[in-house]
Amino acid sequence: MDNLYRDFILEHYRNPHNKGFLDPHDLHFADSNPTCGDEMSMTLRLDPSTHAIEDVAFDGRGCAISQASASIMTDGLRGQTVEQVKAMNPKDLLDELGVPIGPARLKCALLAYKVLQGAVRGGEVAWPEEAEAVG
Amino acid sequence: MAITPAEPAIPGAFSGASLRPDFPVFDGPTRSGKRLVYLDAAASSPKPRSVIETMSDAYSHHYANVHRGIYELSEDATSRFEGARRKVARFIGARSEREIVFVRNATEAINLVAYSWGRANLKAGDRVVTTQLEHHANIVPWQQLTREVGATLEYVAISDDGRLELDDLRAKLRGGAKLLAVAGVSNALGTINPLAEIIRLGHEAGALVLVDAAQSAPHMPVDVVALDCDFLALSGHKMLGPSGIGALWGRRALLDAMPPFMTGGSMITRVTMDGAEWNEVPYKFEAGTPAIVEAIGLGAAIDYLGALGMDAVRAHERYLFAQAWAVLSDIPGVWLLGPADPDLHAGVISFVLDGIHPHDVATVFDSEGVAVRAGHHCAQPVMLRYDIPATTRASFYVYNDTDDVVALADAVRATQKLFG
Repeated sequence: MDNLYRDFILEHYRNPHNKGFLDPHDLHFADSNPTCGDEMSMTLRLDPSTHAIEDVAFDGRGCAISQASASIMTDGLRGQTVEQVKAMNPKDLLDELGVPIGPARLKCALLAYKVLQGAVRGGEVAWPEEAEAVG
Repeated sequence: MAITPAEPAIPGAFSGASLRPDFPVFDGPTRSGKRLVYLDAAASSPKPRSVIETMSDAYSHHYANVHRGIYELSEDATSRFEGARRKVARFIGARSEREIVFVRNATEAINLVAYSWGRANLKAGDRVVTTQLEHHANIVPWQQLTREVGATLEYVAISDDGRLELDDLRAKLRGGAKLLAVAGVSNALGTINPLAEIIRLGHEAGALVLVDAAQSAPHMPVDVVALDCDFLALSGHKMLGPSGIGALWGRRALLDAMPPFMTGGSMITRVTMDGAEWNEVPYKFEAGTPAIVEAIGLGAAIDYLGALGMDAVRAHERYLFAQAWAVLSDIPGVWLLGPADPDLHAGVISFVLDGIHPHDVATVFDSEGVAVRAGHHCAQPVMLRYDIPATTRASFYVYNDTDDVVALADAVRATQKLFG
């Protein structure tokens, strides 16, 4: 437990990075976690010539795991191209969180990833199979 | 409020802790090495040994298909299966076991009424009334039905403290309604609805009344004749019985007049290549081989509850509720939902901790050995009413006791400390 709620997770939860809504923005998408009803939106601003991410923000309410995951994931997005984001592996995000996430909480940890993929792909995407793990 | 774990339960009732040896789930410690504090009966209840052993014995020594075999084993299985039907009938005060239709769960019971009675009796412009307090199982079937036939669906509002607004019920029934669908107890908030008055109002408006008893039948006496309702749905798995079995009770005349929901074997008297004639109730609604052993297991669960007495079960949970409500009210940063009056509140407590998401609460509780539910409890309109995404819910049953109330309060404090 103390493993799951390590200090840096709680720190990101209390003081999330990149929280808010970018206006104007180039990409915007919102999605939800059906197991808890939590909703998250993401806005991205792109460099007009390179299509690299200039700025990103997420918004919504959710649990410590989903909020910390969004905060940590968005920290690493600036400078990445849309194509690089599309190629992101959800496992890398789980690794970056660095805490053991039980099967019941995987969707919490991967909601930000799903919203981001929806934003760069222009519509809702399926949950990555990592989120469907059952044990 | 100070609680001593050794505090005796109410006079005349039973000790929850003393029943725990009956439930194998409490045999060992949790993964974290703690005593299991199971506070999620509202989702599904643990099973006593008597249910598990009855089912194992039925599979081992009394199993064959029912209603057909002309041999001893089938007659034995049929008599046990039909005996379970009689137990369900007696448990809810039905006049006849012929009024008991075995289904998978309360959800299927409600769908049976929506598909069979609903599609035969509802037409464009008719009105169905349900409430904002309901489980999705008592909302979505009516949404589908009313959309399909062009009828309207109304929701009775709930008060700030989680009670149905009876004035709003009267308003929604004004001008008549064909059906009123209401829960005996809210699974999300624990509210005990004043069913007698609600049913009377429904009947005065010309409506049939369906009671979703999934959350009430396991925890308090239910008598369909005294209630004067028209349909009642329950789930076996919430009342110490196995999953995959539940019951629909309906007035005989209504069931007789309803067309079948599913068709196939068992539910016919004669099939030719031109058509079929329907069997009598309840078999008309039980197409195919039923959940034989699950029904027998449900019968064993009813025996277990019957030995305790449903009045005693209710008194036991009322006592635990009152203790838990008092002790949680004393902790700053805890928001309790639903009515404070223990006479209006079943053993289900939905709460929100300031600044801490219910999923995080449940995860920290889990590490303390305390199993609670976090989420919308399949009652999103209730969450909408209070503008929250979710709550944490603790629910009591016969095996819970004061030590579990203490563990609940301790887990709340531990969660607040971690997130503090």
